[in-house]
This record gives sequence, structure tokens and C-alpha cells, in this order.
Amino acid sequence: MSLVTNSAITERAGAAPGAIRVSDFAEVRDYFALLKPRVMSLVIFTALVGIVRAPDQLHPILAFASLLCIAVGAGAAGALNMWWDADIDARMSRTVKRPIPAGRIAPGEALSFGLVLSVGSVLMLGLFAGVLAAALLAFTIFFYAVIYTMWLKRWTPQNIVIGGAAGAFPPMIGWAAVTGSISIESIVLFLIIFFWTPPHFWALALLKKEDYARAGVPMLPNVAGEGETRRQILLYSLILAPLGVAPWLLGYTGVFYGIASAVLGAIFLAFAFEIWRNRSATAMAAAARKLFAYSILYLFLLFAILLVEPMVG
Amino acid sequence: MNEPEHKAEQGVVLTEEQRRRRRARSIALGLVLAALAILFYLVTIVKIGPAIMSRPL
Repeated sequence: MSLVTNSAITERAGAAPGAIRVSDFAEVRDYFALLKPRVMSLVIFTALVGIVRAPDQLHPILAFASLLCIAVGAGAAGALNMWWDADIDARMSRTVKRPIPAGRIAPGEALSFGLVLSVGSVLMLGLFAGVLAAALLAFTIFFYAVIYTMWLKRWTPQNIVIGGAAGAFPPMIGWAAVTGSISIESIVLFLIIFFWTPPHFWALALLKKEDYARAGVPMLPNVAGEGETRRQILLYSLILAPLGVAPWLLGYTGVFYGIASAVLGAIFLAFAFEIWRNRSATAMAAAARKLFAYSILYLFLLFAILLVEPMVG
Repeated sequence: MNEPEHKAEQGVVLTEEQRRRRRARSIALGLVLAALAILFYLVTIVKIGPAIMSRPL
């Protein structure tokens, strides 16, 4: 299904077709790129928050090993996503330089890489932290690689709403690795990321509308229009802002988190309102760019406070 | 021996750059395996501890 062929790759290398194996061009960093390191860093961060906020204790080495498994599992899902989406990636400016469309790694290699790491990370997490955490990690990989990548992404503009669940699971997995259970606290962490995902990605989709149209991905701005996307961004932000404060309202965090999350949520809402209000293409693009950048900062700060609050008292 | 036959005997010939990349991949894989061995050792010690030496056979 990929646009990449062996002959194209050998041609690029200036060699006779069939003379050189594809993998001979791959550098270590190409395999690392298959793991989507930026997404992986967010997964590590949010899973660490789940581990730290959990009421029980986990030995630091087991916590580190569990975190490693969650990170590798997320990376494996990223590799499977890149394997399936190589044709789309080759048509989008944002993704054209990824290892498969660039011809540095063959699709089959990426598939093997993703499958081996998926199975390995789930089995290891099962050994290190228990069955529930491993089952949640397996479900997350399945959800991202199959439900989101293979099914929802090319089928419905609600792709990132439902698919966002995959990105929301890591704190729950971290929590389950420590406690062996799922609780309201970990579900709230899940919901914060779940409702954060649509405004974050739709702000990007507003900016990259042409890219998604060229790739044939039915993102909301392409299917329902910019007006509906702006409205949906505002609606999801209206849910997200109070949800961000929920850990404090439910008594799981201190007052500092409560105040900070309220302020951060209000700023998020202000940016979402800016997008909703601005109808001219230039002003809306500027507002979308601001919300996209701020949404990353918002989630980072929210989880950073959750992470350090127990340490500073 | 003519040129095509000579090349066929040699099989796949990698360039210097391809050799360098293959070596880098091999080293990375070796390091990952070594790190995994250390990780499994440490986790075994943490989970079972000194009792690992006095388990009934």
C-alpha cells in the first residue's frame, strides 16, 4: 500500500535495482524516528505523573522499567502507524521526511519493528508491573494502531476525538502499574487528555487543511468546514477547562494546582474563543497557531504541577 | 572473467557509507540487548531479592 518501492529506493541511492537491500540505508536515528519520539516524550511524562500520583509505592527500578515499557509500547504503536500511513505521509509536507516515505526504511521492516516492540513491551510490563497495566498497554497499542490508524483516521472527521483515547491512556497505565487497579483519579487524568486532544489537533488541522485534503484524510475542517471546527474547538475547550480543575475539586490535589489549573484553563478558553470569533483567514490562522502552541504548554504545565506537587508538599 | 560475472561472484557489495550505517545499527542493537540484560537482572533482584538463592528446587 505504500508509495515506496524497492526500485525507487535503489534508484535514489544510484545503485542497480536489486543490488542493495533497503535496510542498508537506515541509520539508527531512522528507527528512533519510527517511534515518534515527540509523542513518546509526552507519553513518558504523563505516565510518570500516573506513577507518582498513585497512592501506593513502586520500587524506583520497577517504576523505571514500567515507564520504559510504556514508552516503548507507545513508540511501537507509532511505528505501526507510520507503516500503515506511509502513503498519506508521502503526500503531506509535515510528514514527507519520515523514514518510510523518504525511502530509508522499508514498510515491512517498520511493521516487524513495531510488532516486535509491541509484543515485547506488553510482555515485559506484565512481568514488571502486573497483568492490568500490561492489558491496558496492549489495548492502547491496539486502539492507536488498529482502531485509530487503520479504521477511524481515513473514515470519519471524529477520528481524533475517538482516537484521542489512545493518547489519554498512559497516566492510567502508570497508575495501574503501581496500584494494580483503575480509579476515579486515573480516569480524571485520562479525561483531561481525552478532551484536550480535539482542540489541539483541530487547531493544527485548521492550519494544515490543504495538507489533509491532499492526503485524503477527513479532518473536521475539510469535511464540516472551518466554521463548525471553530465551534467544536470552543465546545471541547468549555469541557476541558473545568475538567482540568477537577483533580482539585475532587480533593486529589492541593490548592496551588486548583488555582493554576483554573488560570491555565481560562487562558485556554480565551484562545479557543479567539478562534471562534475570528472569521477572516489570516486572523483565524494566527489564533489557531496560538491555541496549538498554547495547548502543548497547557497540558505540560498541568501535568508538571501534578508531578511536582507531592514532592514540594 | 568478464565484469558482470565478477560482480555476481562478489554478491551484494556495500559502499563505505552503507558499511558505516550497518555497523552503527549493530552497535545500537548490542547496546539495547546489554541494557535489557542489566534491566532484567535488576528487576529480578528487586522482585525476588536475596531469596533467589534459597528457593526450593
